[in-house]
Amino acid sequence: MQLESLYQEIILDHYKHPHGRGLRDAADPADQVGEAHHVNPTCGDEVTIRVATDGELLHDVSYDGMGCSISQASASVLHELLVGRGAVEAFEVHEAFVALMSGRGQVTPDEDVLGDGVAFEGVARYPARVKCALLPWMAFKDAAARAGVGASPTEVKA
Amino acid sequence: MTTIAIPPGMPQYDDVPRYDVAAVRADFPILGREVNGHSLVYLDSANTSHKPRQVLDVLREHYERHNANVSRSVHTLGTEATEAYEGARAKVAAFVNAPSVDEVVFTKNSTEAINIVAYAFSNASLRPDASALSAPSRGRGTDDRFRLGPGDEVVISEMEHHSNIVPWQLLCERTGATLRWFPVTDNGRLDESGLTDLVNERTKIVSLVHMSNILGTVNATSRITARVREVGALLLLDCSQSVPHMPIDVVDLDADFIVFTGHKMCGPTGIGVLWGRSELLAAMPPVFGGGSMIETVAMGGSTYAAPPARFEAGTPPIAEAVALGAAVDYLTGIGMRAIQWHEKQLTAYALDALATVPGLRIFGPEVPVGRGGTISFALGDVHPHDVGQVLDSLGVQVRVGHHCARPVCTRFGVPATTRASFYLYTTTEEIDALVAGLEQVWKVFR
Repeated sequence: MQLESLYQEIILDHYKHPHGRGLRDAADPADQVGEAHHVNPTCGDEVTIRVATDGELLHDVSYDGMGCSISQASASVLHELLVGRGAVEAFEVHEAFVALMSGRGQVTPDEDVLGDGVAFEGVARYPARVKCALLPWMAFKDAAARAGVGASPTEVKA
Repeated sequence: MTTIAIPPGMPQYDDVPRYDVAAVRADFPILGREVNGHSLVYLDSANTSHKPRQVLDVLREHYERHNANVSRSVHTLGTEATEAYEGARAKVAAFVNAPSVDEVVFTKNSTEAINIVAYAFSNASLRPDASALSAPSRGRGTDDRFRLGPGDEVVISEMEHHSNIVPWQLLCERTGATLRWFPVTDNGRLDESGLTDLVNERTKIVSLVHMSNILGTVNATSRITARVREVGALLLLDCSQSVPHMPIDVVDLDADFIVFTGHKMCGPTGIGVLWGRSELLAAMPPVFGGGSMIETVAMGGSTYAAPPARFEAGTPPIAEAVALGAAVDYLTGIGMRAIQWHEKQLTAYALDALATVPGLRIFGPEVPVGRGGTISFALGDVHPHDVGQVLDSLGVQVRVGHHCARPVCTRFGVPATTRASFYLYTTTEEIDALVAGLEQVWKVFR
């Protein structure tokens, strides 16, 4: 039924057993570190993303937050997908995830790019929940920019 | 079978007026629809209520038969529209027992009504001394009760809707006055223990919610009113959640202003009410300038109409006001005492039913006394968004989030709550559906 397309096992699993949760200091003191805190004003979901990078590789993407299963699972998936990636590649993944969530269920996700992120395909059919899924990704974009990679920080509060 | 008679002198069963809920439900077309393959279970009336056919018919008929602008036409349609609009004002005035029809100002909603009062304060405060004004302006807006500056205080509470917080924060920023507030107790009641300190000779206005939109608490206002009178301040009551659900008598409440909104009381969106004591409205400077609110306009300065027109600049929401009048007729026909009692029974039933759900925590009074049919809760640590989503898949419509009362969420240490709210058409079967739905939530998230 419909609800199962939203709450896929993968999402519930990331929610109940989040990967890499908790904000961490950069392992390499020479790294540039950027952090962003985003809130969803309609429901009070909050997430903080911290990016540590040498300008080329994302050495760590750590996070903390509180909120619904979709927003918190999304942060866990983001962490899993982006840690250790090159900055350029990370933004390709970012772009693919945003495209998936903006697709109203009409976009077929590429598992090679999005990994567990494909589980969010069902979320795109629930306009009220798209913001929840995007919250960590928008925070990531700002955090990365503050760490000196990617675009300049936006005022977007997903 | 033994019959237990209630002793004479005690409240009797038949003392309370009742009505046929099934017949009332038949008046609301939307209650017949399905959501996600289930019968609609609408438990979000504190957010907005549904509209009975009687109100929808009046809205349609107004546009089909009587549409014209008000207060400016000599033609027949204009006269009919004006009579309908002013007739609605009279109905609303009678509904809250206003001593005068002219005490009812139509606004867009409660938020606008509160902002009108807040801006009247700031307009009065920013106005130079009366003697410095040109002749037509002299003597207006200089009433000391509306003047606010550094050292003056505005009092609200921690359980306010954002619409009764932010306008006062902005007013205090503009004028240098200080904003203070009543705290909330662990049981979700207003903490009046600091009343005499909080409301003092520096207080200019106390603006308080009558019934909390998140906790369901109905505030007993008499002690506060007495203190407000003692110190010579003004009292505004936000009755957005009370006027739709219980008999309200502004004389009995002894408030200076009350505000409420049409869409929560079976009326359309886009229409609200500011009620104010005539003498106060007459002393208040205008807020919005434009057509309809003037007496004479000259390039050198203008004079203003008497209330309520002074506060209704521009073409008002005419059809919406007329339909609100129809909503008032509809509610009066059923009886506000009967509606209040129906919801009291539902609330008692729901509090008992929710207490059977494992891990459920209620925010606000847990007894059906001094509270209305709006119940906020947490289900373990499952996020309200997820609770609401699973309930929606079963046709159960509840609100999730901070309900525009974030300080209350902060007070109770949660980012959001799930809220079920009832109205005259709600049934105990719908509360059963909620409880069954919450069991389903546990199945997904345990």
